[in-house]
Amino acid sequence: MRYSVNEWTKSGSPWVWLNAGAVAICVIMVVGLLGLIAVRGLAHFWPADVMQATYTQGEQSRRILGEMVQDEMVPAEQLRGAGIQVPEGVEALRRDLLKVGNRDFLPADFVWAMDNMITERSHPEMVMVAERLEWGNFYGYLREIREAGETLARHDGYAKSEEYLNVWAEFQTRLERVLEIRDQILEIEKDKIGSINYEIERLRLQERSLELEQSTDAQAYADIEARRAELNADYEVLQQDLIDLYSQINRDSFTAEIADGREVEIRLSKVVRAFLPNNMGTGDKLMHYGAKLWEFLSDEPREANTEGGIFPAIFGTVMMVILMSVLVTPFGVIAAVYLREYAKQGFVTRLIRIAVNNLAGVPSIVYGVFGLGFFVYFLGGTIDDLFFPEAKPSPTFGTGGLMWASITLALLTVPVVIVATEEGLARIPRSVREGSLALGATKFETLIKVVLPMASPAMMTGVILAIARAAGEVAPLMLVGVVKLAPSLPLDGNYPFLHLDQKFMHLGFHIYDVGFQSPNVEAARPLVYATAFLLVVVIALLNFSAIAIRNHLREKYKALEM
Amino acid sequence: MSIEQTNTVPELDFNTPAQRRLRKARMMKDKMAAGGIAIGGISVIIAVVMIFFYLLYEVAPLFRSASIEPWGGQQEVSYAVPGQGRTLYLAVEEQAEIGFRATHSGEMIFFDTTSGRVLQREQLALPKGVDISSFALVSEASQTFAFGLSDGSVKVVKHNYKATYPNGQRVLNPELVYPLGEAPLAVAAGPVEHLTLNRDSDQWTLIALSGDQLSELTLSMRENFLTGETEIDTSRRDLPSFGIKPQKMLMTPDQRWLLASVPQGKVAVMSLGNTPEVTQLVEASKDRITSFELLLGGSSVIIGDARGQLSQWFFVRDETNQFQLTHIRDFEHGSSAITNLTTEQRRKGIVTLAADGTLNLYSSTANRQALSEPLFSGAADAIALAPRANALLVQHGDRLSFWHVDNEHPEISWSAYWEKVWYEGYEEPEYIWQSSASNNDFEPKYSLMPLAFGTLKAAFYAMLLATPLAIAGAIYTAYFMVPSMRRKVKPFIELMEALPTVILGFLAGLWLAPFMEANLAGIFTCLLVIPLAIVLFGFTWNNMPNKIRFLIPEGWDAALLIPVVMLATWIGLGLAGPIEDALFGGHLPTWLSNEAGIPYDQRNALVVGIAMGFAVIPTIFSITEDAIFAVPKHLSYGSLALGATAWQTLTRVILPTASPGIFSALMIGMGRAVGETMIVLMATGNTPIMDINIFEGMRTLAANIAVEMPESEVGSTHYRTLFLAAFVLFLFTFVVNTLAETIRQHLRKKYGSL
Repeated sequence: MRYSVNEWTKSGSPWVWLNAGAVAICVIMVVGLLGLIAVRGLAHFWPADVMQATYTQGEQSRRILGEMVQDEMVPAEQLRGAGIQVPEGVEALRRDLLKVGNRDFLPADFVWAMDNMITERSHPEMVMVAERLEWGNFYGYLREIREAGETLARHDGYAKSEEYLNVWAEFQTRLERVLEIRDQILEIEKDKIGSINYEIERLRLQERSLELEQSTDAQAYADIEARRAELNADYEVLQQDLIDLYSQINRDSFTAEIADGREVEIRLSKVVRAFLPNNMGTGDKLMHYGAKLWEFLSDEPREANTEGGIFPAIFGTVMMVILMSVLVTPFGVIAAVYLREYAKQGFVTRLIRIAVNNLAGVPSIVYGVFGLGFFVYFLGGTIDDLFFPEAKPSPTFGTGGLMWASITLALLTVPVVIVATEEGLARIPRSVREGSLALGATKFETLIKVVLPMASPAMMTGVILAIARAAGEVAPLMLVGVVKLAPSLPLDGNYPFLHLDQKFMHLGFHIYDVGFQSPNVEAARPLVYATAFLLVVVIALLNFSAIAIRNHLREKYKALEM
Repeated sequence: MSIEQTNTVPELDFNTPAQRRLRKARMMKDKMAAGGIAIGGISVIIAVVMIFFYLLYEVAPLFRSASIEPWGGQQEVSYAVPGQGRTLYLAVEEQAEIGFRATHSGEMIFFDTTSGRVLQREQLALPKGVDISSFALVSEASQTFAFGLSDGSVKVVKHNYKATYPNGQRVLNPELVYPLGEAPLAVAAGPVEHLTLNRDSDQWTLIALSGDQLSELTLSMRENFLTGETEIDTSRRDLPSFGIKPQKMLMTPDQRWLLASVPQGKVAVMSLGNTPEVTQLVEASKDRITSFELLLGGSSVIIGDARGQLSQWFFVRDETNQFQLTHIRDFEHGSSAITNLTTEQRRKGIVTLAADGTLNLYSSTANRQALSEPLFSGAADAIALAPRANALLVQHGDRLSFWHVDNEHPEISWSAYWEKVWYEGYEEPEYIWQSSASNNDFEPKYSLMPLAFGTLKAAFYAMLLATPLAIAGAIYTAYFMVPSMRRKVKPFIELMEALPTVILGFLAGLWLAPFMEANLAGIFTCLLVIPLAIVLFGFTWNNMPNKIRFLIPEGWDAALLIPVVMLATWIGLGLAGPIEDALFGGHLPTWLSNEAGIPYDQRNALVVGIAMGFAVIPTIFSITEDAIFAVPKHLSYGSLALGATAWQTLTRVILPTASPGIFSALMIGMGRAVGETMIVLMATGNTPIMDINIFEGMRTLAANIAVEMPESEVGSTHYRTLFLAAFVLFLFTFVVNTLAETIRQHLRKKYGSL
């Protein structure tokens, strides 16, 4: 069929097409967003090739060594304005962002370079990348291995050779030794000394509370003193061990040549991981990728959260969400059961239902304000006065913490659970209930044995949706207990094991903090993408499971509705 | 059922004691459960409702007016004035435990404020034959004052209190300090009739009037960095005369201006630069000026007169760049003459006593009368306000009375929140949000207008993007799309609703904002190219031979369009470069700020609009789609059967029927956009400006709470104002959502009958 323009317009088809276009745009936006996060987040762990090249700027030329991060086209006008010479007739030039690392030796770890001035590009196989505890990545050529200042091995070439590889192998064995010692140090510092410090602090509080009670029980004071002396003795022993370990870990060092030809010495104890990206096969790279991904998931952050892992944030989020679900499930279900099964249906229940429904739409920051004012300052302050006078003036519960954050989010998500559960209860046919009652069961027995089991998938849906919402919520948490870096996990081996008063880290807040409050945004960006990707995956999975459960539920009770 | 059959059934007795017990227990359990569930359910609902009342509870003190009562309850605290003579100066220290009085005879007495018991008494050392001829106060907060003597010299004194803790008990020890030395400073040639002095870090200036002669003495103190001793440079000069005899003189703390109240309600202004001159003689009042004081910070002068007029004045720069003492505002006051006036030491507050004995409390910024209460009959002689503004000492005849003042939040009023306010140092009244500063003299600016404006601006731009996309998308999905595709597309877009906004905010701030700065022109070309491409493709497709057209069944058009839209975006971005080069000098944002005079921020309202639009699209989409889908099918069948095209059916039948639902979707989307915190926090610069410009940022109520709440002092005006912001957000979203929900339920009922 042939249409003329006029006919076609008259039929309204352009509008239909535009509507279809809107759907297409929405879908593209959603997919594009997820794709952007996934690509940027996952690419971070892939070992990028390191490029060596000559950068000529006017008369001067120098060697550069680094990873290509991104490129962009810059209008010639803007470049001319910045004093860069651009040939006539060229309207835009490519500019590359290079990660050159070596923050301790070079002025900046990220540099912009004009693409047309980069020449003699190559990817030498023996370029080494070392991830370090501080100053970020190191790029250079391994030169020398030293033990206590004595040179053990040295190689001066750039090309891959048997000899060079031997030096590299030696370097790797020594690095492994250092990593082992570091594990031991960490164990002593974090676990052993940490728990001693914790106990000493508890003793201090005990003593203070004795003082506050104006107790004259000399025995109690003496006990505390004795225990403290014991702990201090333990501490001394550990301290000695630590000194030994530190002297061991600091034994080895290496030197390497960096891009400008300087040879610099670095302690091996500062290195976390070293590899030759240009010399790696796909298999090696996959292994490396896996190791990096595991580090990201299981390790603690380094360098103001811009390197390392996000384990404490994952852990904090999970803890908070678990506590929240423990609170929100019973209360939400009870409220829904009351509204649907027990309360007299009428104007008031309808009003309450609308109110509960709308509370889900109240901005989350309002819950945060409520949590801060009511839970933290009012309830927390009262609890401190009553139960923790010895810790004053530093607050125990009178400041944001895990418990208040969980309760605040429970309040925020309780409408979700109520609405979902009510929906489930409403779906259960009257006949089922009446059948149970006719057999002589009481209302409560009907509820427990018949109604609730049938409604359980709906409750599950509600709880899962609540969890998904809580996991992604940041604004209220900023007010009631999230911090950028928590010194310890809220769950550990020190009595009482679960520290409800402690501040914690959170994935969502981590994204905000690292992305916007970090001193080195450029270096932190890939990690933020990776964190965002993780969060998206978790929340998408939770939502999909909620949808799946809901669909399953609908199928199940379709027959009953007939 | 026959009898025989019954007999064959074994005898069942349900009435055995065990059964009865079991039944009873079951009933008990049932009752208890019912009670428990009711209690639990109601308490959850109460907990949720409590949010509302708690917010209200925190906000309420803001609007409570001040109160005054005798110190320590009902019994009036009143005692004879300690010491003799006329009171020159009355003061109360920080804890309101010790009062201070300086008299005309040079007697200085510290006394207990609750009993009048004299704690310490000192007599100012005066040379023989010399007596006190004038008195001046530096400022209430500095606790420093000066006596002008009849021999032309001046003595500067400060009353000070040191706390010591013998046996863990706090004891206050009053003392008198002479910051410029105990020896009198010679300032004027004759007896000092009027005196004023002020200090600015290390520089003191004293101005004395003797006869017609104004003399100025300036003392600059600096520490000798070799010896560590303080050296004083003195300089002296004579100032030109006012021409009229002043009644009282004041000097601003920066020592740039000398103000004098002169007879007939006039105020004379003298600039104290290198060449001092009288710059202004303004008519401040129609009657005699009775009170003339500097407000906290010394920028404003408060003038009260015999007719009970009370006004605030400060220096404002005019068109010719000259500072002019300008009338700012009048305060509501009775018609009784103002006899006493003192200012608060920590806030911009004013306390006045009128000739009829009425006490008035004001806040200057808020232009609010916090309290007006008759205390006595007849005029008082002296008043003093404690530094914390919680206690008031009044001398009435030969008795002193001590009062407790409760005035927590005077600086708040409707006009302070929502109207333009003329703040100190500004050239005109403005809307400003600036809640805190390092300086103690700072005037807090609590105008909620820029925040409310920013909130609506962000929501407006978000809705601008979200409304067409979400509604058009929903129309297509609900009405044109094949069911199999709809089942996939709908949950997919709804999933976006669960996407944490922190992720959207982070992408907006770190990816979209720089991308947009680089491709601003591209964004606008895309706005044109994409719809054009869609329509063009649609026309081409419909004109394709059937063989190709039938490859894709109807209702799958949206899938076809995905590559088209992507291609169009690519073309749009590509086209932008040449256009930019030709029209905008290569870079649109630079051109906008340099040539067009439109400031461009990298993180601007457009970025927020797109990111937040993205966040509200799923909300609007989902509800609109439901509303359209719920329109009974027989309506559209009827319309189609009568020969209407699908589009005609949609616009004339379906959309009118579904319009309340679409409206409620928009309201809920709006509610979400208004309350959204993280996106705005991350995608704008958070500057509280009032400008509709799409290329500038804003600060919203929600983001403001997130930024300022953690640093706010509990119980302060700032803290409660943030609670008010939260309360406003709560009410707004709650009302909007309730309205939307009611419309939706109404709609559902209507369709039920169809």
